[in-house]
Amino acid sequence: MTVALSVAILALFFLVIFQIAKASEYVAILKGEEVSRKQSNKINGFLMIAFLVLGLVGVWYCNELLYDKTLLVQPSASVEGERVDEMLWITLAVTGVVFILTQILLFWFAYKYQESENRKPYFFAHSTKLEAIWTAIPAVALTVLVVMGLRSWFLFTGDAPKGAMEVEVVGKQFGWIFRYAGEDGIMGKKYFKNIDEAKSNPLGQIWEDEANYDDVVTTQTMYVVKGKPVKMIIGSRDVIHDVGLSHFRLKMDAVPGTPTTLWFTPKYTTAEMKEITKNPNFQYEISCDQMCGNGHYSMKGVIEVVSQAEYDAWMAKQTPNYLLAFPEKAAQPVADKEAEKGTTAQATSTKNSSKM
Amino acid sequence: MANEAVLHAHSGVETHHDHDHGHEHHHHETFITKYIFSQDHKMIAKQFLITGMVWAVIGGLMSVLFRFQLGYPDATYPWLEDILGKWAKGGRISAEAYYALVTTHGTVLVFFVLTAGLSGTFANFLIPLQVGARDMASPFMNMLSYWFFFTASIVMLSSIFVETGPFSGGWTAYPPLSALGDASPGSKIGMDLWLVSMALFVVSSLLGGLNYIATILNMRTKGMSMTRMPLTIWALFFTAVLGVLSFPVLFSGFILLIFDRHFGTSFYLSDIFLASTNTALPNEGGSAILYQHLFWFLGHPEVYIILLPAMGMVSEILSVNSRKPIFGYIAMVGSLFAIAILAFLVWAHHMFVTGLNPFLGSIFVLLTLLIAVPSAIKVFNWLTTIWRGNIRFTPGMLFAIGFVSLFISGGLTGIWLGNSALDIHLHDTYFVIAHFHIVMGVASMFGMFAGVYHWYPKMYGRYLNNTLGYIHFWVTLAGAYLIFWPMHYEGLAGMPRRYYDYSIWESFKQFGELNKFISTVAMIVFAAQILFLINFFYSIWKGRKVKEQNPYNASTLEWTTPINPGHGNWPGEIPEVHRWAYDYGKDGREFISQTEPVGADESKH
Repeated sequence: MTVALSVAILALFFLVIFQIAKASEYVAILKGEEVSRKQSNKINGFLMIAFLVLGLVGVWYCNELLYDKTLLVQPSASVEGERVDEMLWITLAVTGVVFILTQILLFWFAYKYQESENRKPYFFAHSTKLEAIWTAIPAVALTVLVVMGLRSWFLFTGDAPKGAMEVEVVGKQFGWIFRYAGEDGIMGKKYFKNIDEAKSNPLGQIWEDEANYDDVVTTQTMYVVKGKPVKMIIGSRDVIHDVGLSHFRLKMDAVPGTPTTLWFTPKYTTAEMKEITKNPNFQYEISCDQMCGNGHYSMKGVIEVVSQAEYDAWMAKQTPNYLLAFPEKAAQPVADKEAEKGTTAQATSTKNSSKM
Repeated sequence: MANEAVLHAHSGVETHHDHDHGHEHHHHETFITKYIFSQDHKMIAKQFLITGMVWAVIGGLMSVLFRFQLGYPDATYPWLEDILGKWAKGGRISAEAYYALVTTHGTVLVFFVLTAGLSGTFANFLIPLQVGARDMASPFMNMLSYWFFFTASIVMLSSIFVETGPFSGGWTAYPPLSALGDASPGSKIGMDLWLVSMALFVVSSLLGGLNYIATILNMRTKGMSMTRMPLTIWALFFTAVLGVLSFPVLFSGFILLIFDRHFGTSFYLSDIFLASTNTALPNEGGSAILYQHLFWFLGHPEVYIILLPAMGMVSEILSVNSRKPIFGYIAMVGSLFAIAILAFLVWAHHMFVTGLNPFLGSIFVLLTLLIAVPSAIKVFNWLTTIWRGNIRFTPGMLFAIGFVSLFISGGLTGIWLGNSALDIHLHDTYFVIAHFHIVMGVASMFGMFAGVYHWYPKMYGRYLNNTLGYIHFWVTLAGAYLIFWPMHYEGLAGMPRRYYDYSIWESFKQFGELNKFISTVAMIVFAAQILFLINFFYSIWKGRKVKEQNPYNASTLEWTTPINPGHGNWPGEIPEVHRWAYDYGKDGREFISQTEPVGADESKH
């Protein structure tokens, strides 16, 4: 009913506009087409300058409304991300100036040089000097931007600093799996055909490889240490995903069959960031930034940035995935509760951990 | 040599024409040969235009539907269930339907509307008329080009109605998502239809493109040297070259994808375990990134396939309505050429975060930002063209000015995204949506509207209603900025694109009010387009009749044809050309037609 009504109203609205437009055409013929053409030329000329003024005010007003909701008001949560922010501000300054200048010229010219009987258009076909100027200036400005950008780019994509902690990040429809190398510092080999969720092997770890024995596998939440570079070794189990780290100003695709890497140095713990943003619910969210299926929008992970001590305490509570897959291998009996859990490597309530 | 060939070709055509002319009044043209299987380039242009408009309405309506979801994620609308059935159970669009809408919207707008609808229409319409030819090099191939496009349309349309839904993995169709039906229902039969449709579309583009190139190179009238061609023709020429060289690469990418989907190959697939079936696939050794290279090798030139015709028409329309020559003709051609070359060398800037070799990435940064130089030349030349002109604000002119404004706004954000050190933060956020919708989507749409308003009198011998044109322009320009400008801010908050619902995200849920606003404006802008459609179809039959042969006092050849040109365009001989297309305001004269010989005391420029 309401639909039919709104369609009817809309149709009526169109009809009215249409009739007005038709009428204006008849009026134009009565008044003389040339007269009414000049009239509408004036109106459109005025609208040009009005649009310019309103548009620039709108740009300012939009900024007033939305600026606080962006990341521009938050410091970058990673040391490397500061360079992204720096690049962003410089690019904004350069493009902002060009934007304002050219838009003003465009609409002001349109207004100023609207048709008038007294004006003879100026026959001006080319000027090598002018064209050389506006080829050279953008070329120089862009060279500066390219050089600055590439210096950061090579830092982002270069080797992680020595002593960086490594975490494997694996995307799947629709969630994240993380793996830590354990005490030996080596992640064991894996093969995708070994993947078996029911047998607590979401990554396909090869159990013959002893390096796998102490690897800790978790889902959903990843723990990293403030001030300590972390290198992500990123992969995917099914389709392409993307590890989107907006607070750290970085992202990298997760591609099945082709591992990628991304490293950064967290600057603030989650708790500190809650204070900086004045948002008690603040989380470092990992958003999937590559279309990965119908659950794409819900593919959320969380990064907890903590102090080294907190990290050590957390890690001490984790059970290596090997023991979750083979509870009988545990040196000491594992609490029943944990053995039951088996299917996932979620390490939330492992109180009396039984590390080997 | 070329000239001789032209002369030669013409004498042949002219004899044929004279024969035609003799029978003009009792020439047998049935409804079918005139309106359906027409070989007249002007009719084929209209077929492309109207089919493109149908798709624009469908694609636009889809965006309105998914904007409902984005603007009002909690609301339910029973009427949605009435029209969409199981895709909107309970009156709320499902995630599946949302992604299908987004994907189809992207595909049809990019390919069917802004490629076929734009360059298909204006290349067909303007090339013979502006270079002085009776028709395309091969009218029959030209007809096939349209009918392949039409068939592609039908196949795409049919994919909307299959049980598992149309393809829903984004218009870029990245595998493995697009290769595996078990990864997403849209990747089942819907994806096969998508691929078949796109393959047919590639055939259509190639048939059209080869024809455009052949016509421009070989069928220019006497005196129409390459450097006397209007900029529209140069732009359409480079567009056709881009299409002919890059569409086959896309096609090869699709073929490999079809093999991976159905014949057990592993071009793109490796190391895949699907949770939905709980099985590991046998495929090993493929590279999912290979597809992205093949796709973007077309995908990026495609952006310019869309943009260049708009640039060409805008150059022409700005000059005609400023009553001034286009500023820096040679620089305009040179920058078109530079853009066309660079278009082939920047594709991997869409892939900075795929794990691309960083050194390779840096080369692509350099080449990408280089495009800003010819783009800047074009903008400054347009500005200088209207400077000290005597501007007539026809609706076509308004849209041309709007195009320049949007091209500046959207082009500048390209400098952000082309820089990998920023892209690593902004990639696949709303910043990207804002960027490409403004610079490629809306700007090219404006170029298309400018072309339709400007050449409508030539197409139908009638005028569009100007008042409706003005309303259409101002609502669309203001609306386009209101929709896409704020999206930059969403992008600067890191808000990812292609999300069905943001409510679970602490980082992105603060834009609820804004999304509502954007959705509302989107609906208003869509309504304004309906106004245009009414104007368009009403005026075909009832518009004010064109009474002068050359209503704009323009110097190009299409205005030397009769008001309603028949098949063959000029009743007598094809006029000879003596000068470039932009002698406006020269030596105190309003304009000098291209057909007028250069006078003895005429000043040089």
